[in-house]
Amino acid sequence: MNYKLLMAAILLPAVLAGCETLGSQDGSEVVVEERGTQVDGAQDAGGDGSGATATGAQAGTTFSGHPLDNPQNILSSRVIYFEFDSAVIRNQDRATIQAHAEYLGKNGGAAVVLEGHTDERGSREYNIALGERRAKAVRQLLLFQGAVASQLQTVSYGEESPAALGHDEDAWQQNRRVEITYKTR
Amino acid sequence: MMQARNTKIFTLFYLMLVSLLITATPVNAALTIQITTGVDGAQPIAVVPFSTDQVKTALPYDLVSIIKNDLARSGRFAPMPEKDLIARPHDGGTVRFGDWRLVNMDYLLVGRVRQLGDVNYEVQFQLFDVFKGEQVTGISYPFVAGDTRRMAHRISDIVYEKLTGQRGAFNTRIAYVTALTTAATGKRQYHLNIADSDGFNEQTILDSSKPLMSPSWSPDGQQLAYVSFEAKRPQIFVQQVFSGQRQRVTDFKGLNSAPVWSPDGKSLAMTLSKSGNPELYLFELATRKLTQLTKHPAIDTEPTWSPDGSKLVFTSDRGGKPQLYIMNLSRNKPASRPRRLTFEGDYNARGVFSPDGKHIAMVHGNRGRFQIAVLDIINNTLQVLTDSHLDESPSFAPNGSMIIYATSRNDRGVLAAVSIDGSVHQRLEVQQGDVREPAWSPLTNAQ
Repeated sequence: MNYKLLMAAILLPAVLAGCETLGSQDGSEVVVEERGTQVDGAQDAGGDGSGATATGAQAGTTFSGHPLDNPQNILSSRVIYFEFDSAVIRNQDRATIQAHAEYLGKNGGAAVVLEGHTDERGSREYNIALGERRAKAVRQLLLFQGAVASQLQTVSYGEESPAALGHDEDAWQQNRRVEITYKTR
Repeated sequence: MMQARNTKIFTLFYLMLVSLLITATPVNAALTIQITTGVDGAQPIAVVPFSTDQVKTALPYDLVSIIKNDLARSGRFAPMPEKDLIARPHDGGTVRFGDWRLVNMDYLLVGRVRQLGDVNYEVQFQLFDVFKGEQVTGISYPFVAGDTRRMAHRISDIVYEKLTGQRGAFNTRIAYVTALTTAATGKRQYHLNIADSDGFNEQTILDSSKPLMSPSWSPDGQQLAYVSFEAKRPQIFVQQVFSGQRQRVTDFKGLNSAPVWSPDGKSLAMTLSKSGNPELYLFELATRKLTQLTKHPAIDTEPTWSPDGSKLVFTSDRGGKPQLYIMNLSRNKPASRPRRLTFEGDYNARGVFSPDGKHIAMVHGNRGRFQIAVLDIINNTLQVLTDSHLDESPSFAPNGSMIIYATSRNDRGVLAAVSIDGSVHQRLEVQQGDVREPAWSPLTNAQ
């Protein structure tokens, strides 16, 4: 357990960095090979697709930017991790969720997407459902602690969008996660 | 049982090292297929190059090479290498059975191709049982140059059916998803591809920067249902395979996943979580009528139809862990109460019925290993067929002879196939990236 905590602490920055890449990866261009017929509906981009534009970290000890950009603030933790085939929120993640719930409670205009993910083991469709269950578990706790439903959107990617590409427990524990992504702050 | 199976595979593995490594590496193949373990008793067959004396314009592919690859790939036949052929007859009149008996051939296939017009040809072939000294079958077909590969697969189908009693499945396709990370940008690109069952003619029918999942063939082999995340959420689409025309079928709040075509082609079973929880639904394509089939706070997903359309098997963790459940469907009546079907192992998911309805293949998890297993529904016995540990997405060949599935090898997603008795193993690889979620097309009568 301690080992896992330690690993999480070590891996967190890396995961967050991965998160930024994910957020800026935009534009859902889909090309259907045309054989004779025009394809419709492919341009349905959905979502606002704005993605967060994170600016570089600022120098100095006192942080003057937005609290969500402050690496010292617990709000900079935006990934919640899970055990295999579980959607139970672990005690060490409760403070993080509470901080986001309070922030959302105080900032009615802020809204997040909760992206549920799983590791690669087992079957893909079951994992999509498991990812949704994880996202909903985080949603439930955020609601309980002060966020309102209109601020929270959930989506599951199952095992389709791993944060780490390896095939061992190291990678798997980074992939069993819910990412909290701010659409508006 | 596990022990016995391992020993057998081990023995066969050595056999393979010594002599049985048969590679089918056709030119331009995007998917290469290797037999990694063959059957001990593969039947020796001599396939003599067909006469082309009456051909002016050579065919784009060699019929006999394709037929030999098909037969070898099935694991049931061991075609004689061309250099070892002791004679090259083109019809029954010149066959000397005694000579072929001396080199231990069980069967002999001979034939000739004639050119009838610019692109029109005719093939005439005869299959012989060497020991009986009798013709098994003799047929001639007209075809056009563009259909050379299909013609060859059709001949393979006939040979296979005549000699095994089971329909051949060489004239079929495989749909699969590939994911490729571009080194420069680090971005992942997803393709939904189809290829012939021998890996040829790979075509991309959908290209997306967001994940694609769960391709499922319509019973007529003309359409694919799948899940696309192109709108940053899962939606179900149906696409005409050959025209590329497609339509979005569902866009409900939450999950839209696991679409599978009903055997009559009129409906899709699917998983939706619009009620707040993943449940199974029936979606009638013509009327867009939706019928909820399950109602349980657990995860219910991955429906698969029995071939007669009377039952659905699905994955549910209502018992605490994912296991397979079965329920009866009947018109105008609510679905029956689901009954648990799997009890061995701590994880059984993604069930799929065999074409004869007697078996269900699944992802079987036991102590952290995920393998392909097959449940005999009648005797209620479970057999683990694979020896790897990250297997998923089993799909039956439409004649029930093989199960294709996704697995991992050297850190890459690859496809593999195993015969339903676990004796023949094949590996299918793409040149780059990961390949996953294979779906074997149905048999179609169209040639």
